[in-house]
Amino acid sequence: MANHIDDATIEYVGILAKLELSGEEKEQAKRDMESMLDYVDKLNELDTSQAEPMSHVFPIHNVFREDVVKNGDGSKECLANAPEEQDHSFVVPKTIV
Amino acid sequence: MSKQYEAVIGLEVHVELATKTKIFCGCSTEFGGAPNTHTCPVCTGMPGSLPVLNKQVVEYAAAVGLATNCEITQNCKFDRKNYFYPDNPQNYQISQLYLPICRNGKVEIEVEGQKKDVRIHEIHMEEDAGKLVHDPWTGDSLVDFNRSGVPLIEIVSEPDMRSAEEVIAYLEKLRLIIQYLGASDCKLQEGSMRADVNLSVREAGADKFGTRTEMKNLNSFKAISRAIEGEMNRQIDLIEAGEQVVQETRRWDDTKGASYAMRSKEDAQDYRYFPDPDLVPVEISDEWIAKIKEAQPEFRDEKKVRYKEEYDLPDYDIDIITGSKHLADLFEATIALGTEPKEVSNWLMGETMRLVNESNMDIDDVSFTPEHLAKLIEMIAKSEINRKVGKEVFEKIFKEDVDPAAYVEEYGLKSMNDEGALRKTIEEIVENNPKSVEDYKAGKKKAIGFLVGQTMKATQGKADPGIVNKILNEILAQI
Repeated sequence: MANHIDDATIEYVGILAKLELSGEEKEQAKRDMESMLDYVDKLNELDTSQAEPMSHVFPIHNVFREDVVKNGDGSKECLANAPEEQDHSFVVPKTIV
Repeated sequence: MSKQYEAVIGLEVHVELATKTKIFCGCSTEFGGAPNTHTCPVCTGMPGSLPVLNKQVVEYAAAVGLATNCEITQNCKFDRKNYFYPDNPQNYQISQLYLPICRNGKVEIEVEGQKKDVRIHEIHMEEDAGKLVHDPWTGDSLVDFNRSGVPLIEIVSEPDMRSAEEVIAYLEKLRLIIQYLGASDCKLQEGSMRADVNLSVREAGADKFGTRTEMKNLNSFKAISRAIEGEMNRQIDLIEAGEQVVQETRRWDDTKGASYAMRSKEDAQDYRYFPDPDLVPVEISDEWIAKIKEAQPEFRDEKKVRYKEEYDLPDYDIDIITGSKHLADLFEATIALGTEPKEVSNWLMGETMRLVNESNMDIDDVSFTPEHLAKLIEMIAKSEINRKVGKEVFEKIFKEDVDPAAYVEEYGLKSMNDEGALRKTIEEIVENNPKSVEDYKAGKKKAIGFLVGQTMKATQGKADPGIVNKILNEILAQI
């Protein structure tokens, strides 16, 4: 593979993604990421200097909502997804803001 | 300290927009609902949900941009800012990186008579995150998504400020422009306006910037001033000791008067922005811009000039009244009812401000109606009540917005302007206080004060002191 992912990079990506990987998983992830980067390098061989960056697949713009309240109390449905609930809230491990 | 240092400060100001609904869904933005009651699949990041942009957000953002001399990006779009945190259910925040709605603006500030421009780099639209509450008993954190998806604009300045005073002047300027537009109430304490301070120091006159830090958690003008002083001194001490300033995000603790570096792990920043494919581009036509421009209100600077010309009020009064859009509206609405401007200004500057300070409230929460103030002023002008009673009634208007005419009627506070009845009361008082009369006759002119006081007491303060004085003098002259 043309690209090389080193230990420091896989460690950093793990922190960003909030993932803890075993040694074996890290090696696998390195290989996956290297092949992805190789693929992107392949795409970069195309000359796109004359192409407008595309911002949306459909040629439409200005799809708006009026500022009118449409939704009621959605807490029941919302909290149905909570693995743990307390005081009408999702419970998550301690975070320091 | 041998060398002279100066601070170089830029601000990132988040302002919560005053829309009724969130930026991408029809959930209410109302403050204070029970946790998670203002939520739906869109603002909690459920797979398959589709955000649709609130038109009012674009109009408010463009209006703020036009009022701060920005160029409007007529073809703008939204990007995803990726990060993982429990307050962010989508694992990305919808924001604008590549094509923010406003760019290259400026506002003029004035500090100690010196005017200068602070340039605005850009203003972009984005969504707010949820709220985390730490439960000290269980050690867990609780997540409430009511704020998730509330529309924000982020106003990013250039590093043009050099002191805490300039920063405060800039924030005040922004706050008033946005309040006058009705785009937000901009309350720092309640978090509807938040400022992050980017600060570095350098030797005065140098043209290279030093290493900057970003300071968060500043929720009052006082905290901002203190944090700027504190951070300046911290960086100068480092430089003087031959150490390096580390580029980092720091959290200000206002009760301790110190800042702390946020842990680097939490701070790991690599947002991997990319265009949000769920949202279509926003095109803002010349006609749309013209319409937003046309709807702009009279801003503070213009009002100041007009108040001077039209009402000839003292500069001090004008400064205070125009310092709050709410107060200026109240002033103008009362005048529109035909009341004398100086008189209205006096009630706002005097009694209103006194009661606001006494009850420790925000001037924007003053809630009496202009009709009641106008009526009160009219009643005093017609001598239906005297000024002292007027102040009592005003306190009731201020607190409960009572109708002054009905209140005066109900509690029998009308002035005793019936001279006949008043004369009779005074004659009785003179008769019952021979000692005071004697003193007065003996040359102790002050004794008359006691008799006036007795009369006011007998009439429960309703008599006109001027008339009481006149009658009393007449009676005493005859004895």
